[in-house]
Amino acid sequence: MVKTTPFYPRTGPLNQTMLWEHWAGYLVAQKYQYSDTFEYYAIRNSVGLFDTSPLFKYRVKGPDATKFLSGVLARDIRICPPGHAQYTIWCNDKGWILEDGVALHITEDEYWLTAAEPNLGYFSHLIGYDKVTITDISEEYGILALQGPHALDVLGQLSEAVRKLKYFDLIRTKIAEKSVIVSRTGYTGDLGYEVWVGEEDAVTIWDAIMEAGDGYNITPFGQKVLHMARIDAGLALIDIEYRTARHAWTDEQRSSPIELGFGWMFRKLKKDDRAFIGRQAIEKEIAEKSSRWKLVGLEVDWQSYEKMYNDLGMIAPKDHTPIEEAMSVYNDDRVWIGHTTSFMFSTILKKHIAMAKVEPAMSAHGTEVLVELIINNRPRAVRAKVVKMPFFNPARKTEHI
Amino acid sequence: MPTTEKKYDALIIGGGHNGLVNGAYLAKGGLKTLIIERRHLVGGAAITEELYPGFNFTTFSYALSLLRPDIIQDLDLVKHGLMVLNMPSTLAPMENGDHLYLGTDHHANYHAIARHSKKDAEAYDDYKTMVNKVCQAVKPLFDQIPPNLFSEEPEEVARLAAVGSHLRGLEPKTLHMLTRFLTGSAAEILDDYFESDIIKGLFSSSSIIGSKVGPRSQGSGLVLLFHKMGEVDGAFGDWGFHKGGNGGFTQVLARSARSFGAEITLNAGVSNVITKNGEAIGVALENGDEIYADIVVSALDPRRTFLQLVEPRELPTDLVDGIRNYKFQGVSAKVNFALDDLPEYPALPGRKDIYRGFLNIGPSIDYIERAFDEAKYGDFSRRPYIDACIQSTLDPDMTPPGKHVMSCFVQYCPYKLKDSTWDIERDNLGDTVQKTMESFFPNFSDLILHREVVTPLDIERTVGLSEGNIFAGEFLAPQMYFFRPAPGWNQYRTPIKGYYQCGSGTHPGGCVIGGPGKLASQQILGDLKRE
Repeated sequence: MVKTTPFYPRTGPLNQTMLWEHWAGYLVAQKYQYSDTFEYYAIRNSVGLFDTSPLFKYRVKGPDATKFLSGVLARDIRICPPGHAQYTIWCNDKGWILEDGVALHITEDEYWLTAAEPNLGYFSHLIGYDKVTITDISEEYGILALQGPHALDVLGQLSEAVRKLKYFDLIRTKIAEKSVIVSRTGYTGDLGYEVWVGEEDAVTIWDAIMEAGDGYNITPFGQKVLHMARIDAGLALIDIEYRTARHAWTDEQRSSPIELGFGWMFRKLKKDDRAFIGRQAIEKEIAEKSSRWKLVGLEVDWQSYEKMYNDLGMIAPKDHTPIEEAMSVYNDDRVWIGHTTSFMFSTILKKHIAMAKVEPAMSAHGTEVLVELIINNRPRAVRAKVVKMPFFNPARKTEHI
Repeated sequence: MPTTEKKYDALIIGGGHNGLVNGAYLAKGGLKTLIIERRHLVGGAAITEELYPGFNFTTFSYALSLLRPDIIQDLDLVKHGLMVLNMPSTLAPMENGDHLYLGTDHHANYHAIARHSKKDAEAYDDYKTMVNKVCQAVKPLFDQIPPNLFSEEPEEVARLAAVGSHLRGLEPKTLHMLTRFLTGSAAEILDDYFESDIIKGLFSSSSIIGSKVGPRSQGSGLVLLFHKMGEVDGAFGDWGFHKGGNGGFTQVLARSARSFGAEITLNAGVSNVITKNGEAIGVALENGDEIYADIVVSALDPRRTFLQLVEPRELPTDLVDGIRNYKFQGVSAKVNFALDDLPEYPALPGRKDIYRGFLNIGPSIDYIERAFDEAKYGDFSRRPYIDACIQSTLDPDMTPPGKHVMSCFVQYCPYKLKDSTWDIERDNLGDTVQKTMESFFPNFSDLILHREVVTPLDIERTVGLSEGNIFAGEFLAPQMYFFRPAPGWNQYRTPIKGYYQCGSGTHPGGCVIGGPGKLASQQILGDLKRE
């Protein structure tokens, strides 16, 4: 029997479509209402609410917690003081990416870490003499993400303390007299907050947030819209942009952080003496420029796209549904140079966009490529060019408000 | 002492949405461009105003669909803040308390219609396919400069031949249906597909918008088809609400125009175009200032463009006669409300999600025809057709938290009343609309915090659209395509060299569409190249 999240007593009745998905063994809404774009624009125009509880959650605690994590995580956790969160990744010793997640630095000796896959065994096995313990707290907490320009207008009514949070800050506070941790984080590329709440208080917190959000058209949104938003935001997703190296069969299926565009995490590597897992391989890849791929953004040429369909006597479809699978990418000589990982018509950008892995030589902004679409069961090529990611990046996401 | 020194390449009279689009394209094309607006804000009839503290009203136009998609790309409108919120539903209340509620899901819509008629529910797909095919057939004609039927120029002959060959390429059924739309009534077409009153009432409502026709009038088919040419994200016939209303949209256009180098001056009414030896050389402002340029473009309606901004004696008699006889006959009004809360529809208690799209008060063709009857004799409808939307359900920034604004588009309200004036009837119209809404939503009047009534006379006075016609000239077959606004003058030029037109009175026509502004810019830039 599939598990339900602590918010299910509320999310269940709200799902008008009864379309559900399984995520890490939990039942989650694919969408709550028929109109995808109504849910989507809650994130860009008012405030959307997303139940992200199925993430695996770990408490890493002890006097050596920082030391331990700085050797395990590829990004330097030491630059993340208590009261801050950090987007991070971890790699294997060959420098292939295992996973990404968010580390919350709660107190001096305590971190909470999210992960898409189970990692209790993996992290535990890496403890030698460090004074640190790892506890799986996945089922003890629910997480609600409030995302959108009015997120703070809603949350600020419930906790004055959250108003001072800067991008990736966190705070322990109370909402409806229940203890919560609020971080200014999210997975939508917009202004947003995530609220961690003990599972026993989850429904109370949901009700308080929904009531405070009523005047701002607060709208629960499902998986589909989350994916639409994360593609706009250029955020990579496990099992789509990359596979965990743990379960890959060959290196062809594995990715390095540099290939995924996480090179920015290693800019200060020379001043950083951490012996973290994968360091040597990553340094070698950077020095030898040996990356095989580069994750880039593509923007489809709209005239080329319209014309292709019109010439076939059809109306060019503009489908918001993400196609999260490989479509071939070619250069002008029709030589295969890579593939898309995610593709969709972005309703906010009014363009078809894609995340794609292409050969590094073809990754410069402005490079023209061809993307292969299957139309009427036949492959056809549409023009696209490499553009900067994130595709959509409003100032409110990071600025002090 | 005024100087005749030329400071601009192009002057655009009127900062409505077509003026802004035209100005943006001309500036993008390299012309030093000035857009001159009489009022304190750009947008023309596409504005948003805080007419009651904290409540933003889309005073006139209130939704977006017809905007040509290529303009979004050409003018980088997304970068300048374009945000079209899809209006995901239509609620059509019925006089017996029942309703039709359509949303975005194909099968859910089938079942919603099947409650009224299973045959109609099935026919809905056939109807949509047919309409989509006709729209796709019209689209290339819609988005290009129409041929000049009366020109011997090889370019025009070729243009006409291209239209002919396009039409010959259509399926016979599509071409036949296109002809029926262009010449017939909406009711005739809907009768072929549907049997239930509520379906026909709802679907015929687009056939009368802004036009002095009823669904059974010949010509209503054209109005219906025109409205189906709109789209949101490629879906023909869908509508959206721009963040901040259509005023939010025209602010996006203004930012885009400025980014290409266009300048915009506000509070500057143009009194006339200055001509010299049959050529336009600039404009004179109401304050006496004169501004000079090689190109002058009027974004105003054809009556103002040809009969007020220039001297009719400078123009060919046929053109002057054509424009004098060009029909405006505004029949639309707006009543906008500030609401304390959402209304309640008794058959759907507690449902707040039903108000995110349109509320269509037009439960049958008979209902709409009866509303039209009164207008034929110079009175306004005592039980009017109303196209309402509560826009704060899509955009919370329209109102204080938890409050709402409702836009009611009302027909029929003829510009020329037989026995009264709009200054006398303004409040009566407001009461009539309120009473009509209350007959469907019993708690409606209790919710009203504020009411704004905008009669056709108010539209004319405030925006300048002659006789309050929202399309700057009616959508009648003899006023479209080859003939918009007059035979031989459908290509944005005028008989005065350097003087052009780019308002909704030109092809393809009205609504917040941008097509006239864009196509006029192509003609202007093309003419400059040819010189």
